[in-house]
Amino acid sequence: MRYYDKLVFELSKPGRSGFSLSQEWADAPLDLDPALLRVEAPVLPEVSEVDVVRHYTNLSQMNFGVDTGFYPLGSCTMKYNPKINEEIAALPAFLGLHPLQDPETVKGARTVLDWTDRLLAEITGMKHFTFKPCAGAHGELTGLMILREYHLSRGDEGRTKVIVPDSAHGTNPASAAVCGLEIVEVKSNAAGLVDVEELKPLLGPDIAGIMMTNPNTLGLFEKDIKEIAALVHGCGGLLYYDGANMNPLLGAVRPGDMGFDIMHLNLHKTFSTPHGGGGPGSGPVGVAEHLVPFLGVSTSGFHGNFGVILRALAYILMLGKQNVHLAGRLATLNANYIKECLRDAYKLPIDSVCKHEFVFDGLIDDGACEGKAGATTLDVAKRLLDFGYHAPTIYFPLLFHQALMIEPTETESKETLDDFIAVMHKIAEEAAADPNILHAAPHNAPISRPDETTAARNPILKWENEN
Amino acid sequence: MAGFCYFPQTGEDIRQMLDRIGVTSMDDLYCDVPPEFLHKEELNLPDAMSEQQVRHFFESLAAMDPKLKVFVGAGAYDHYVPAVIPYITSRSEFLTAYTPYQCEISQGTLRYIFEYQTMICNLTGLDVSNASVYDGSTAAAEAMRMCVACARRKNTVLLSKALLPQVLGVVKTYAKYAGIRLAFIEAEGGRTSLASLKAQLESGDVAGAIVPSVNRYGIVEDLTGFAEALHACDALLVQYCDPSALAVLKTPAEWDADIAVGDGQSLGIPLCYGGPYVGFMACKKAYMRKLPGRIVGQTVDAQGRRAFVLTLQAREQHIRREKATSNICSNESLMALWVTVYLSLMGPEGMRQVNAKSSAGAHYLYEKLLETGKFEPVFDAPFLKEFVLKPLCNVNELQQRLCDAGFFAALKTEEGYVSFCVTEKHNRAEIDALVAAI
Repeated sequence: MRYYDKLVFELSKPGRSGFSLSQEWADAPLDLDPALLRVEAPVLPEVSEVDVVRHYTNLSQMNFGVDTGFYPLGSCTMKYNPKINEEIAALPAFLGLHPLQDPETVKGARTVLDWTDRLLAEITGMKHFTFKPCAGAHGELTGLMILREYHLSRGDEGRTKVIVPDSAHGTNPASAAVCGLEIVEVKSNAAGLVDVEELKPLLGPDIAGIMMTNPNTLGLFEKDIKEIAALVHGCGGLLYYDGANMNPLLGAVRPGDMGFDIMHLNLHKTFSTPHGGGGPGSGPVGVAEHLVPFLGVSTSGFHGNFGVILRALAYILMLGKQNVHLAGRLATLNANYIKECLRDAYKLPIDSVCKHEFVFDGLIDDGACEGKAGATTLDVAKRLLDFGYHAPTIYFPLLFHQALMIEPTETESKETLDDFIAVMHKIAEEAAADPNILHAAPHNAPISRPDETTAARNPILKWENEN
Repeated sequence: MAGFCYFPQTGEDIRQMLDRIGVTSMDDLYCDVPPEFLHKEELNLPDAMSEQQVRHFFESLAAMDPKLKVFVGAGAYDHYVPAVIPYITSRSEFLTAYTPYQCEISQGTLRYIFEYQTMICNLTGLDVSNASVYDGSTAAAEAMRMCVACARRKNTVLLSKALLPQVLGVVKTYAKYAGIRLAFIEAEGGRTSLASLKAQLESGDVAGAIVPSVNRYGIVEDLTGFAEALHACDALLVQYCDPSALAVLKTPAEWDADIAVGDGQSLGIPLCYGGPYVGFMACKKAYMRKLPGRIVGQTVDAQGRRAFVLTLQAREQHIRREKATSNICSNESLMALWVTVYLSLMGPEGMRQVNAKSSAGAHYLYEKLLETGKFEPVFDAPFLKEFVLKPLCNVNELQQRLCDAGFFAALKTEEGYVSFCVTEKHNRAEIDALVAAI
């Protein structure tokens, strides 16, 4: 990767253009009162097609994707994105469908949604799904609306609180707040699991439900889930399953069987659709049979991210019943293998079998000595970039100060893991010898560490013509 | 084990890894799962398909339906998609990356988002844009929440009845659970009524109002007096816009709007049965810290070189949890790239031509449809590329005739009108063929 400093606006030259339109009506005057028109044309780049192609190709070369290399970003499930999925999603017949067409003229698209609904229901143990949510957090919000609608439909209006474990993804409390629910936090115990004794006194007639991530963000299976489900259902609440960590359970455990009433899936995690630099995702919400009447909650304009759903269905069909049971198990195998190989150099706060991911709490020997600060998790993450890896998720979950969360996924080979393990050991050795190497990392990325403080204090959020 | 193309582990690899972990089987790694929850039998899924079978499966589905020429908008517009866009957006460095948390190896994503923000600011005339939200409807819902967050102690947001039905639907859903009170501004003669707005403002509880730039009838709204009336009551003006049309129409900034939202789909994103699209949000600088979602800012790296980072993150859920401005995490980044490449190719002149051609085609179709004697005008108001007419014939039969002739047109509206839209993709000959089919 090399540094490239242009913005497309800086390539602009008046009179140049990159479009090709027929001339019919190209100079027709607009039949509008000038008072309804803008005074000046917008400032947009005036560049040729080749300028555009080269510019964005250069930008892409400063980026790291799953196709570039190993991407062990915890809780993000950066598995390989199969290429056949892209071809399916680009079929012109699907791309040309208008969302308001009569159902009789979109039978193919409806079949895609019906199949995906049926197969996801089988995989998760839910009854039916809505595909409106466009991402995981959007699924959480939609699912919580369904949860509230259920209570309201029963005239049970006092259930205004939702229980969220302290290890939960930040989106859980944020989604609950947007949904008008009050958050009650439940603490984790020393084993990193929801503390059932802490949970019990929180339950009552004001509890709408609990949001659980299982395995949780430490990668640990909440093995008391049966008791938790009984307790929450016993007090009249519902169980919401955050599907962000569904990958290790793919083909192995079904949320519906564990007693969950509502869940979302991140198709861009568990079902292999590309993350696109932060979307588009898809967060379909599934419900148990008694909540099917509430699936109509409308949280996006049309039918959700259909193009993403197409990719996910292609993936499920490739897996089929012969391979699906291996997906979760291999993800779990890969994670446990890394954990066991690196625990001699990185602090493992909770010694337990993990699922798809696990969390270290920084280096065992960070190289700190008199007058010299030790290497932090941030330093380790930045040094990894030098060796051609994406960094793990850092400083999350909040339970540990130096959290380093590693999720390899099932699509990485033993050789890839062994190389990564060797580099992580090398970085640990470097830290012990001289943490300054790590403090200054990355040394060979397109840029070095940026000044984030100034960026926030004096925000420059758009390009301005300096001439 | 028999190899599966996405799983690289061989049987020998698995054995060595299990040995290293100190267990004998992969199921041992699920020892913490109560046995009753471990799914033992095979899932009831289809047999695994080969790649060729998968391709055939989807091609068969794609072949089930007629290929229709689209003459409907209503929030999803069939503009031409230049070949360069999917070529660029399918580059795996963009496609298979995650959110640019590690900025040192994400400058590509961060730079195009910065360019996207600039383009949205330049189209709307406003100061600050975020990195995108899910779609136009959710952008409007987020704007509603922003109004209440900015106003403090006021809890009513006004919605123009001339907003698109799906936008009203989603905003109502969000409002219901967030406990925000909605009230409605009437449409008169197909346009949002200033008198109705003023009447609603008398409640004293209004935090803001969302009104369309081009409304559900295709009419270009005249918002003279709207911002003044709202600002006099310390309420915000939110404009719901078609960003393609903003290249020629008076901008939200020129109307003195505080927030502009809409769907970026009209900027070169395929219809794709409703998604993925991209919601845009821009605002005046004063409201920057209430804006939801990610924002990219410019800074320098340790060597003083220009660099880009996610900034103002104290607004976001991963820092603030339940106190965040929104719950949004993943947005529609790749679709923002789609828009950015589109606007780079089109430039100001291309955008002018798109609007000129769409508008000329729409006005031509409007006249031709009236000449058939099967429609009556509904409103005497200016429109750009979309309009409604009152049908004087059976609409179901009309739609069937059009469908048989290869057109999706004459969308029935809630009011009993039929809606048409023309983009630059359709020439005079195609419009004549559509009219002939009527």
